[in-house]
Amino acid sequence: MAIAAVQVECKLMSPSPIKPRFSFSWLAPFSLLMFGFMYLPILVLAVYSVNDSRYSAEWKGLTWKWYQAFFNDDRILTALSNSLIVAFCAVAIAAVIGTLMAVGLSRYRFPGKQVYQGIAYLPLIIPDIAIAVATLIFLAAVAIPFSGGLIQLSLGTIVAAHVVFCLSYIALVVSTRLTNLNPSLEEAALDLGATPVQALVQVLLPELMPAIVSGCLLAFVLSLDDFLIASFTAGGGANTLPMEIFSRIRTGVKPDINALSVVLILASGFLFAAAEYLRYRSEQKRLAE
Amino acid sequence: MSSPSPPLSTESDFPKASPRWLQPLVLLSPAGIWLALLLVIPTLLILELSLVPGIRPGQVVNPSGLENYTRIFQPDYFPVLTRSLSFAIATTLICLLLGFPVAYWIALIVPKRWRNLVVLGFVLPLWTSSLLRSYAWITILRPTGVMNSLLGTVGLPPLDILNREPAVLIGMTYSLLPYMVLILYAALEKLDRSLLEAAADLGATPAQAFWNVTVPQTLTGIAAGSLLVFISCMGDFINPEVLGGASSMTVARLVYNQFLGATQNWGFGSALSMILILIVSIAIALWLKYGDRSSAGGV
Repeated sequence: MAIAAVQVECKLMSPSPIKPRFSFSWLAPFSLLMFGFMYLPILVLAVYSVNDSRYSAEWKGLTWKWYQAFFNDDRILTALSNSLIVAFCAVAIAAVIGTLMAVGLSRYRFPGKQVYQGIAYLPLIIPDIAIAVATLIFLAAVAIPFSGGLIQLSLGTIVAAHVVFCLSYIALVVSTRLTNLNPSLEEAALDLGATPVQALVQVLLPELMPAIVSGCLLAFVLSLDDFLIASFTAGGGANTLPMEIFSRIRTGVKPDINALSVVLILASGFLFAAAEYLRYRSEQKRLAE
Repeated sequence: MSSPSPPLSTESDFPKASPRWLQPLVLLSPAGIWLALLLVIPTLLILELSLVPGIRPGQVVNPSGLENYTRIFQPDYFPVLTRSLSFAIATTLICLLLGFPVAYWIALIVPKRWRNLVVLGFVLPLWTSSLLRSYAWITILRPTGVMNSLLGTVGLPPLDILNREPAVLIGMTYSLLPYMVLILYAALEKLDRSLLEAAADLGATPAQAFWNVTVPQTLTGIAAGSLLVFISCMGDFINPEVLGGASSMTVARLVYNQFLGATQNWGFGSALSMILILIVSIAIALWLKYGDRSSAGGV
């Protein structure tokens, strides 16, 4: 007893307080609640995609018929392949000209550089709808004088419009990598007699590759996700997946769209994991250097 | 190394023989031409078209006034502008309020080796289609949906918020909260913890330490996150369209209707589009003037 009392007294007298300094005890449960908020809609989609009931919120038993319905739906599959074609083409073009632009901007000073740079990163901040409107008006202005002969609104015009924002995102990611890069490697290559093209392709490009790939993945996902720019520039001819989804969900809840969502979420989750893995690996490599 | 090699030096002179302007031209002109054709010229075209009242596709463009711009102040359209602004401001505040504790928890309390994984977990839903994320909320919020079944089981009256403004706010908050958390997390992670300890040692309560140390130190992040959420909401079309119903017309939806809807007034649509660009530019100018000043770090 006496010993315990002494111990208590010592504790009371000890100079450093034992209680935690910041008792934000509600932070963890609150954050978990927010995690729940972020995943709730995805969970709901997943549950309803296997629910054997078209209209009600009740659970009517497990079924795969919505997945079958969507895999047999030609319109969805055509729209999906259109979206993939657009994303591949736009990202491929944007990867080349966006990387060239990022390298050029990091290397040269010239009059009007600030303006060029400002315009290059403009698509990151101005609303999609403004880009969509601008592109439509431009295409109409070019197409109408030739009475629809020269430029038809189609997949090609969607690609052209998507390159604009893909370019900005890829250039942004690549230029971040460029600022952390050791310039002496390329200088050494040039001093050793490499042509500028050789130095670019054999020295700089391998260094930039992780950034280019993760920029491309980001641009790819954004291109697949874009509804506004595609629907403004598609005309009547082509339908991308977001356009097809949009036209369906306006008329209510569709279980086959739930199934499609789950498939897309899994696919983009996979892409995300791949992108993060690449980023992680390139960071490890950089740390090892 | 040992023997001098004259041929090498002539070889290394070779690239310098090509004109100095050639390299920058090759690197910068493809993107430059693309941006000029599909971004700069089109934006100038909307500016021109916005000055034409009642234009339809195919008509000759003949700029003649500011009618399209003054139209937004008419009683039919002015509430649309104020509604867009209120959605954007409200969503920014909600995201700040909900996002700060989460970012704080991840940056200062979660053990270091788990931090990256937890942040990634929080932003993972961003990688899913924004249309489908918005659509998922229909399933939850509709009168016979998940929310009302849950409310029913605990004996509460059902809520009818789908196709109303609260549904739009939920959808926008859901879409933009991960961005806010990401940016605040980046700011909080750089927070100097010794300052917090010093504040506590000097007798500050947690609340005092928070308002006098944490908030001023992360003001740059708060400003950057708020800017991003605000401008994204101003341009958001999907959430108001999918969740808002007829009652929540916003500027972005109005623009859409002028081009792809029944209205077909390209001049008015262009003017609205310019107004959106203007509002976003004002927000960015304010941020550049006030938001980036408080700390040298930046986000």
